[in-house]
Amino acid sequence: MDAGPLPPPLIALHNVSRVYGRGEAEVTALARVDLEIRQGEFVAIMGPSGSGKSTTMNILGCLDTPSGGDYLFDGVPVGGLDRDGRTLLRRNFIGFVFQGFNLLPRTTALENVELPLVYRGVKADRRADLAARALDRVGLAGREDHTPSELSGGQQQRVAIARAIVTDPLLLLADEPTGNLDTRTSGEIMDLLTALNRDQGITVIMVTHEPDIAAHARRMVRFKDGRIEDDRRQPVLAR
Amino acid sequence: MLGEALLLALVAIRRNLLRSFLTVLGVVIGVAAVIAMVTIGNGATARITAELSGLGNNLLFVTPGQGGPGAPSLEARAFAVSDAEAIRDQVGGIQAVAPVSRTTATVVYGSESRSTTVVGSTADYIATQAWTVALGRNLLDSEVRGGRAVCLLGETVRKELFGIADPVGAAVRVKTVSCQVVGVLAAKGQSAGGSDQDDTIVMPLKAFQRRLSGTNTVATILISAADGVDTAKVQAATTDLFRERRGIQAGEKDDFAVRDMRQIVQTMTATTTVLTGLLGAVAAVSLVVGGIGIMNIMLVSVTERTREIGIRLAIGALEHQVLTQFLVEAIVLSLFGGLVGILLGLGLAFAAAQGLSLPFDVDPTIVVGAFLFSALVGVAFGYFPARRAARLDPIEALRRE
Ligand SMILES: Nc1ncnc2c1ncn2[C@@H]1O[C@H](COP(=O)(O)OP(=O)(O)OP(=O)(O)O)[C@@H](O)[C@H]1O
Ligand SMILES: [Mg+2]
Repeated sequence: MDAGPLPPPLIALHNVSRVYGRGEAEVTALARVDLEIRQGEFVAIMGPSGSGKSTTMNILGCLDTPSGGDYLFDGVPVGGLDRDGRTLLRRNFIGFVFQGFNLLPRTTALENVELPLVYRGVKADRRADLAARALDRVGLAGREDHTPSELSGGQQQRVAIARAIVTDPLLLLADEPTGNLDTRTSGEIMDLLTALNRDQGITVIMVTHEPDIAAHARRMVRFKDGRIEDDRRQPVLAR
Repeated sequence: MLGEALLLALVAIRRNLLRSFLTVLGVVIGVAAVIAMVTIGNGATARITAELSGLGNNLLFVTPGQGGPGAPSLEARAFAVSDAEAIRDQVGGIQAVAPVSRTTATVVYGSESRSTTVVGSTADYIATQAWTVALGRNLLDSEVRGGRAVCLLGETVRKELFGIADPVGAAVRVKTVSCQVVGVLAAKGQSAGGSDQDDTIVMPLKAFQRRLSGTNTVATILISAADGVDTAKVQAATTDLFRERRGIQAGEKDDFAVRDMRQIVQTMTATTTVLTGLLGAVAAVSLVVGGIGIMNIMLVSVTERTREIGIRLAIGALEHQVLTQFLVEAIVLSLFGGLVGILLGLGLAFAAAQGLSLPFDVDPTIVVGAFLFSALVGVAFGYFPARRAARLDPIEALRRE
């Protein structure tokens, strides 16, 4: 039956709006956005502050729902899912990396990475094994027992990335992943994301303010006032 | 998942150990009160029951004066042996009647002596006490009538004075009276109050009056109603008889009291029940207060950990998983309080049992019940904060610092 020439895009936003508040205080964060992203792409989202980048990421990550329009994830309309349904979608297919790392304090790197597996009901020994492997993939082997306060900013972000990929997601969402890091550490994190995209085929969508960070991506989408102002493919950064 | 939640709860509680302890103080006090009260109450009931069975069935006792023991009885005319005889002859449904007087005296045999309770009564005395003769025989009616110097020994007195020797037929000296031992009473052991019931000797009342007390009065009359007879009827008949014998006019108060052992037990049991109810109410209030304390601290905890909850929700925790985590934490907290309360309550009950010389009688169902109830408090008062945590919006929660 799969006779169609093209599989559906991994992500499809059709006419998506997001309005906060009501009446006088109404703020339109997104206005009729159309966006399609295919499996395996590496997309950078840019735009001035308040242009709707985080709002888009939250909708893509099923943390938020559009006020209007449709969101199809791998062809499945997300609008028809309830909160637990969206959570299940997120935890099975999507990894999230935040600007502020958002690791649990006083909890070791290994335990932080294990967390998504805990909620999926993975057994303890298999969990520790998978988490240790994810930490190895982000170059943090040997740091399993360090708590966030014992790690540098770059290392904490690596733990956060390990936590996002430990479930082998189709999609990795990163909202300003280098926002709190210096230039050199930012470069290392970008190399890691690039490698995950290139070697494991994970679709990466990343928000950034910095053009040289965005330059790592092969496609750049620019937002302005809740609309897409520009959407272009760009040559892969020579390294 | 439940194991994980349990582990998380223990970690969270250990992180704030002092706060956790203060939080559950209400539950501790509530549970301790329930445990202590029920355990002490059981001991008291056990003691009353033991006292009752030790006194024989269907026992009534008549005393001069009104009011309870210890209340001053003004111009209460003392009883005489004839009063007991009148009861035996004129009141129906009676199995045994025994006029009784008591004193403390030293009993001597050879080089051994012991200070003991000397009872002056009739052959019916041991029947009213549900007592039996182990060795020798009971007092004879002829001995009672003649006021012969004979006696029955309690087991303790026998052991003290005679050791392994056969006391029957021997003569002991009670104060200045030489008394021939005719029998030994079966061992009865300690009363529930802790006194030794076997530390006694029994002699004919007339001999007691003549040789020891020097009066003709009788302190108490014991009546044992026959099996299947309503003790209330015996009580009423005795009261009528005594009013008539003592010339009390209609409208005047009795100057004697006829008490039914069963009524006394019922009164004591009723008092215990009221006390138990009162303490139960106190315990219930403090458990509710304790539950509110737990709810309060869980709400604080949810607010403090908003960001953590946001992270958990964002990386894939379902609503019910977060709910479970916080509910388990509240239950563990509450169970911890329950456990401390149980230990404290048992400690209090033990101390009280020692102090009041009551039996220390632990009811395991109450202990288990209190434990389960504290879990219930955790569920009831932990549910609202847990639901609040589970329903947090992850985006909002992550924005919180
Ligand atoms: N919870 C909210 N309630 C009301 N308005 C909101 C809320 N969240 C976002 N907004 C508004 O929506 C608009 C878009 O916000 P968004 O966070 O998507 O911007 P952004 O592009 O991520 O900006 P930045 O680069 O500063 O992170 C802004 O005007 C913002 O004020
Ligand atoms: Mg933003």
